Amino acid sequence: MFKIIQKTIATGIVTTKYPGEPAQVSECFRGRPSFDFEKWKDARDAAEICPTGAILVCDEDGSRRVTVDYGLCVFCGLCAEASADQAVRITQEFELASADRRNLILTAEYSLNTDRTHRELRAVHRRPGNVEADVESVGQKAREKIQKLLRRSLAIREVDAGSCNGCELEIVALNNPVYDLERFGIQFVSSPRHADMLLVTGPVTRNMELALLKTYQAMPEPKVVVAVGACGISGGIFGKNYASLGGVDNVVPVDVYIPGCPPRPQALLHGILLAVGRLGERLYDDRRR
Amino acid sequence: MSAFFEALQQKFGAQIQSISADREDEIYLLVADPDIRALAEYLRSEFEARLVTVFAEDRRSAEGVFFNYYVFERKGDTRYLIVRAPVRADNPEFPSLSAQLPAVNWQEREIQDWFGLKAVGHPNPRRVALHDNWPDVHPLRKDFPLETVLPPFEGERHIYRPALGEGVFQVPVGPVHAGTIEPGHFNFAVAGEPILYLQLRMFYTHKGTEKLFEKLPIHKAVFLAESISGDSSFSHATAFCQAIERAAQMEVPLRALIMRTVLLELERICNHVADIGAIANDVGFVIANAHASRLKEMLVSLNEQLTGNRLLRGMVCVGGVRRGWDVVQLVSLRAAIDSFASEFQDLVALIDSSESTRDRLEQTGVLRPEKAKDLGIVGVAGRASGMDLDVRRDHPYAAYGRYSFRVPVYLIGDVSHRMQVRVDEVHESLGIIRSAADESLHGDFRAQVPPIPADRCALSAVEGWRGEIIHWIRTGPDNRLERCKIKDPSLNNWPALVEAVQGNIIADFPVINKSFNLSYSGTDR
Repeated sequence: MFKIIQKTIATGIVTTKYPGEPAQVSECFRGRPSFDFEKWKDARDAAEICPTGAILVCDEDGSRRVTVDYGLCVFCGLCAEASADQAVRITQEFELASADRRNLILTAEYSLNTDRTHRELRAVHRRPGNVEADVESVGQKAREKIQKLLRRSLAIREVDAGSCNGCELEIVALNNPVYDLERFGIQFVSSPRHADMLLVTGPVTRNMELALLKTYQAMPEPKVVVAVGACGISGGIFGKNYASLGGVDNVVPVDVYIPGCPPRPQALLHGILLAVGRLGERLYDDRRR
Repeated sequence: MSAFFEALQQKFGAQIQSISADREDEIYLLVADPDIRALAEYLRSEFEARLVTVFAEDRRSAEGVFFNYYVFERKGDTRYLIVRAPVRADNPEFPSLSAQLPAVNWQEREIQDWFGLKAVGHPNPRRVALHDNWPDVHPLRKDFPLETVLPPFEGERHIYRPALGEGVFQVPVGPVHAGTIEPGHFNFAVAGEPILYLQLRMFYTHKGTEKLFEKLPIHKAVFLAESISGDSSFSHATAFCQAIERAAQMEVPLRALIMRTVLLELERICNHVADIGAIANDVGFVIANAHASRLKEMLVSLNEQLTGNRLLRGMVCVGGVRRGWDVVQLVSLRAAIDSFASEFQDLVALIDSSESTRDRLEQTGVLRPEKAKDLGIVGVAGRASGMDLDVRRDHPYAAYGRYSFRVPVYLIGDVSHRMQVRVDEVHESLGIIRSAADESLHGDFRAQVPPIPADRCALSAVEGWRGEIIHWIRTGPDNRLERCKIKDPSLNNWPALVEAVQGNIIADFPVINKSFNLSYSGTDR
């Protein structure tokens, strides 16, 4: 007993100050790739090398639409290596969580030279090219209600709907003394009947679809659903196939999406606090026009 | 050709069609028919050969038949012997080896499910990889498209063997478990507290990984390999890159091999220290887990500094590694290893000082050596039960041939020994990392990748932190693969859990399960 106390005192407090203070992140950390669309002379190399299709190029009659989807990105950094003009830069930014899937998508329109390089940047939008009218998501109301009711406390049920376990490792890290989720009054619970939030990793496999649905249905209203990681958001590198249904929102409605492969613990924390209205959405802006 | 192959030729000359070796440590033995029972028995009894893995390949369009591959290894021989046995398309059956070699029980059933080849004489031929409510499909056949949309499930998902008797209850658990862990279904038959019988249903996270490997270009497939099992990202991706490098007969620069060795050992330490904490936690020693998870966090931060990712992702590539380390990174590596080493000693002393913890771990979840041998248990769980196997020593890869290390082996096979193997291995790994970090890390860290020739096969093995990882590939045209077989150590080891829990109380199941800590995603793929 004496040894235990001695060790505890010698160790001191190791808990991070995030989000009160900016996160301590290594300068080597690969966060959000940032795009200088004005400077970008050719997106084809980056699109070709991207392992998950997070960068897509679509050419039509002398013009090009480039789509960048942070919901598919695995933050490998290959796009920056492939872009000779340094128009793509890897940053240390990780607070990418969003309540709107479309906020994770950037689209740039270019006119093209005869050699298919970019001639002129015409426009950059957040969200896909053909923007639909803003529909208020079903989850929005539930979220507001939870925010009102539970601002200071939250019970989370985590479901692995088919992940590689990478996201689980970082979710479990939220409970370690460094991130110490309970300092926010947030805890993981064993039963969905005790939960306000369903934290789901993916891709959702065919074999987990029913279990995910039943867990969702077992939760009392109001409830929020958070999709974690590239696979949870979009199916990631697995996509859709005979065994995988892709992203979580193909099975249950999702309120907040947390990009990453896996999202680091601070990114998860940001997304969880965002879902209950304790932090705001951070919209990094690459739009230059 | 050595005496070993002469003996084989003499005894099985009529059956052996050819012996070939593209690389000196990987020898293919083509046989005439799918019945290799006599050959397998001869290899086992005369040479103490171990059947490492069994898998199949659909070669109907190229060669008109399916092939089964049986990978053997012999003690003290760095070569793998791979028996390649044809299975006719018009008579898709092969004699099962599972009755003699229970170690391949699940793997033969996987071949049944995924290729539709029947393992004749299998003692338990039920489905394993496809749940009972799946339609009659064989996803790894070439005529089954990856994107097939299957009809909704019908009928019972699992058909269990009933456990009957007075006072016998069945306790179903999962696939969603109480904690933040991967999904799987356990059906316990209990009489009072003790567990009589455990039935496992895995493959909940099956996501078509092996099939997907046949579609992706090789440089993208590296990232899929990182997502086979999240906690073994670096080991799986290294196994995959090694396989490609072997197929293309590439030289990887020494600097990259040393860096891979450091990172493989860092992955091992990260997971071992987390498991040591989690085992303590599962018997109520929460403070030990708090320290262990803090230590893990130290290492994960180091991972990020060395590779840009906390799980060591985006670092290994075909031909080496993507980035070299500068002086600052090497200084942090040495400093972090030193401070971790002293903290780790404190952690072990803390756990050792707790008699109640030791009392819960000793004689709990015993896997006896003879059972471990029958079931072909590998890695940490195997070494705690007398299985003296370690790919790093037996088939050296990366830069392991340059460093000396001890392979800890224990005989009791209880939770306490599975923990002790981890403690010992952390010490050995620290030694390897220190020796590697002292080498001069200069020069190239990435070789130019030549065009990868089609139709080359290669086997690659890595000792992941859990145990032996095997990747086997056949290259195809256009920088793609025809086949990628992945064997995670978990696939061998799940049946060990069934053995180890018998007679234990259900309340000890979590700590027994944690002491194996098998990967669901690695198993299910």
